[in-house]
Amino acid sequence: MSVSKDEYGKMADKASPPSPVLKNCCFAFLVGGFICLLGQIIFDLCKMRDIEESTGRSIVSMSLVLLTAILTGLGVFDNIAKFAGAGTMVPITGFANSIVSPAMEFKSEGEILGTAANMFKIAGPVIVYGCSSAVLYGLIIYIFKLY
Amino acid sequence: MAKRVGTHTIELESKPHIIANAAVVGKKEGEGPLRDEFDFINEDTTLGEETWEKAESSILKKTVSTVLEKAGLEPKDIQTIFSGDLLNQCIGSSFGLRDFEMPLVGVYGACSTMALSLCMASLAIESGAYKRVIAATSSHFCSAEKQFRYPLEYGGQRPPSAQWTVTGAGAAILEKSVGSPYIDAIHIGTIQDLGIKDGNNMGAAMAPVDVKIEP
Repeated sequence: MSVSKDEYGKMADKASPPSPVLKNCCFAFLVGGFICLLGQIIFDLCKMRDIEESTGRSIVSMSLVLLTAILTGLGVFDNIAKFAGAGTMVPITGFANSIVSPAMEFKSEGEILGTAANMFKIAGPVIVYGCSSAVLYGLIIYIFKLY
Repeated sequence: MAKRVGTHTIELESKPHIIANAAVVGKKEGEGPLRDEFDFINEDTTLGEETWEKAESSILKKTVSTVLEKAGLEPKDIQTIFSGDLLNQCIGSSFGLRDFEMPLVGVYGACSTMALSLCMASLAIESGAYKRVIAATSSHFCSAEKQFRYPLEYGGQRPPSAQWTVTGAGAAILEKSVGSPYIDAIHIGTIQDLGIKDGNNMGAAMAPVDVKIEP
C-alpha cells in the first residue's frame, strides 16, 4: 500500500466526524452573552452604589476572574466549557481558567517547580505575543505619528 | 534458535508460553464492550491516590499482583519484568513496580508498549537467558492528558475525532514451557509518518503502522 501524505490527510479528514459548528456557535453565543450580561449587572450594581466607572470596570473583571477560579477549583468550569466553547474561552473567564487549571494540575510537582512554574503554561504565550504586538503597534504609531 | 522469516518477522523456536494474564482498568473502560474481560474495574479513577501519576502506578501494581496471584507465583519467581508507560522516565512502571523487587527493563513505545514488551519478553525467553518473565504496560487518561495535552480542568472543547487514552494496565507472564497460548513469531514494524499533526487524533497518526505489516 502506498498513500501520499496528502492523500492520507484527506482520508483522515473524511473519516473524522465534523465539529457541530452551528450548535457550538449557538452555545457560545448564549453562554458568552450570559457572561457579558453578568458583567453588566455587576457594573450597574457598582454604579448604583456610586462607585467610579473605572473602578467599576476593574470590579467586573475581578469578580468574573474570581468566579471562574472558584468554578475551576470545584471542577465545574470544564463541564460548562465543554458546551460553551468560545463562549467561556473568549471572555476573561477563559484567561482565568487557563491559569488556574495548570496551577491545580501541577500542584503535585511542588509549589515552586510545579504550581508556580507551570501556571502560565497556557496563558504565557498569549501574554508574550500580546505584549510583543502591543510594542510593535506602539512603534508603528510612534514612527508614523498616527495620532 | 530464532529464525528470521522475511524482512522484519522473527519466528521463535521456544514458543514462549503465556501462562497467565491480567488487566485492571478504570471506570470508562469498565462501561465498554470488553467489561467482562477485565480482572478489576476501578470506579474511582484516583484509586485513592493524591496524584494521577500515583494512581497509574497503583493500577500497574494491582495488575502485576493479580497476574502473579492467578499464576500462583511470588515476585521472586519472576526473573525480570519488561514494562513501560507514557510518563517521563517511565515513572508509572518504576514506582508501580518498586515494591516487587524484580529486575525491571523499561520500554517506551507509546500505544505499542504492550506489543513491544511482549516482543522483548519473548526474545529474552528465546535467548535461553530467562525462564520466566512478565510483560506489562500501563496508562492513565489523566496523567497522559497532563503529560501531552491540557490540564483536566482546562475548559477546552475536544474535537469529535479526539481519542481517549486508556486508564488501565495489563500484564502477562511468559514462561519457557509448552502450552497454549504461546508466541509463535514477533514483528517489529518500521515508523510510518503520514503527516498527521493533530495531537488529539492519535488513531489517524498510528493507523498507517497497523496496515503496513510485511512478512
